[in-house]
Amino acid sequence: MIELQNVCRTFTVGDQQVAALRDINLRLDTSEYVSIMGPSGSGKSTLLNLLGLLDRPSSGTYLLDDGNVTDLSDEQQAQVRREKIGFVFQSFHLVPRLTAAQNVELPMILAGIPAEERKARVQVLMQNYGLAARADHRPDQLSGGQRQRVAIARATVMNPSVLLADEPTGNLDRHTGWEVLQLLEGLMERGITLVVVTHDAEIGARARRQIHMLDGRILSDEQHEK
Amino acid sequence: MNFTDTLQFAFGSLRGSPTRTLLMMLAMSIGVAAVVVLTALGEGARLYVINQFASLGTNLVIVLPGRTETAGIGPGMLLGQIPREISLDDAEALLRSRAVRRIAPLTVGSASLSRGALNREVVVLGSTSDLLEVRHMNIGIGKFLPAGDIHESASVCVLGEQMKNELFGNEQAVGQWVRLGDRRFRVIGVLASQGESMGMRTDELVIVPVASAHQLFNTSGLFRILVEAKNRESIEDAKHDAEQIMFQRHSGEKDVTVITQDAVLATFDRILTALTMAVGGIAAISLAVAGVLIMNVMLIAVAQRVKEIGLLKALGAPGKQIRMLFFAEAALLSTVGSIAGLALGYGGSMVIAHIYPSLPVSPPWWAVLAACGTALGTGILFSVWPARRAARLDPVAALAGR
Repeated sequence: MIELQNVCRTFTVGDQQVAALRDINLRLDTSEYVSIMGPSGSGKSTLLNLLGLLDRPSSGTYLLDDGNVTDLSDEQQAQVRREKIGFVFQSFHLVPRLTAAQNVELPMILAGIPAEERKARVQVLMQNYGLAARADHRPDQLSGGQRQRVAIARATVMNPSVLLADEPTGNLDRHTGWEVLQLLEGLMERGITLVVVTHDAEIGARARRQIHMLDGRILSDEQHEK
Repeated sequence: MNFTDTLQFAFGSLRGSPTRTLLMMLAMSIGVAAVVVLTALGEGARLYVINQFASLGTNLVIVLPGRTETAGIGPGMLLGQIPREISLDDAEALLRSRAVRRIAPLTVGSASLSRGALNREVVVLGSTSDLLEVRHMNIGIGKFLPAGDIHESASVCVLGEQMKNELFGNEQAVGQWVRLGDRRFRVIGVLASQGESMGMRTDELVIVPVASAHQLFNTSGLFRILVEAKNRESIEDAKHDAEQIMFQRHSGEKDVTVITQDAVLATFDRILTALTMAVGGIAAISLAVAGVLIMNVMLIAVAQRVKEIGLLKALGAPGKQIRMLFFAEAALLSTVGSIAGLALGYGGSMVIAHIYPSLPVSPPWWAVLAACGTALGTGILFSVWPARRAARLDPVAALAGR
């Protein structure tokens, strides 16, 4: 469960204060599927970065699973990211020198999980995502769809409670994009809160809860029944 | 993230950019190799000098006539006196000291050595039978000077290897007669070839009994007395006794100089050790340069891998871990560079040892340790700044590649 209370985020550009987020109040329940839409510069990426603890709010409070994570130290925030949050990026962000399996293994290495357990979990995940045959390929030997599936495997290997996807289909063709979305949506069955940021209305419309943003404010927050 | 994983990850990222890694390792290894080779040379020079001294004899105390005054002009000098010479009796008297094992008085002069029509100017050394032991000489054929009364001027001589060859060629020399100055001497032995030691070629010497040499050169004084102390501990006693005995025999005048081989050796040792360290220090500067290079390249690496660093942060690596990764990279680089440098340095030392066989080239252990330590130290020290920079990157900006 995520709760933002009166969150603001201002950037200093030159000598000007630019407000990226203005007084955001938001509550996301466990297993919710939320899309955040809006034109570029509307603050949707800043909101995602705040949710992922990659950025700190200038003011306001962020509660994650009933714990206040607003003022945690760098190390504590890193731990929260490691254990509770998964990221999926538009440009995949796979480490080019590592194989698909090693990329998936990376978060577990950072968490200090023993090697045998890592191998076992990677194997299961690669199997589930249809990547078993590609485990030893480097990212540049994979197709876009495969790369994003590796990235999703990496984001979920630590069993996070929140999955944050920033334009996950932005670099993919329509067909692969849909496949990737289906994969992401399937994760909700495991109790993951899925947040997808996109400017593509068609993709955003797949989510049950749709949030529109403009100029750092939430313009609308609608529940749609499928 | 545990230790092995950190090392493995660092190793992976080093292997990911082989050219950069190789260049940094090359710089590191050249630095280490320079330290190893240069200190090996310095140490070689030191050992060479020590060996030369050892070949002179062991536990030596040397008595020479005259006194080097460093505290102004002595009274004797004002009266125009020349220092009193050291006599054979003085030399014999030194044996009274319990610290002295044996002595060898020395008189040096030059005379013409001839056999039939063959004639050569030679250095003549007048001494006693104990010279053989004191100076660590080896007899090749025949015998050395006979033991006995030091004042007896027997007409016998011992030839250096080269002298024997020039006068007798392949003929038998022992038992033959040669003319030295205005006297005839019977050859009783030939020295084994020993090469050069401290600038004196024993191969070109002719050795006669000291009394005979005195007659030959019409003198009664000694050039110096070589005194061999009983053992290493009694060197100082021997020196003290020699000074006392000469002081008494020269009616209370300190007109001889007594030096110990150890004192001379210690001075050389100090000078040459200092030289080795200085040279090693200069070489260590190249290690510092290598360190700066590593810093430079790592800063570039941080800039190049900014997205990867951002990703690691997003995946839950705290700044501390990112720093450790960069330290690990630097440590790995320095370690491998040091090992390569050691191999290079030892290889170079072996080549030098091959070219100059007389120089005992061997890198001293402290220099090897210092070189590796400095390499590791500079490597890690100079990675502090790049590592901090990486650790402090803002993850959002880093992920965007900014």
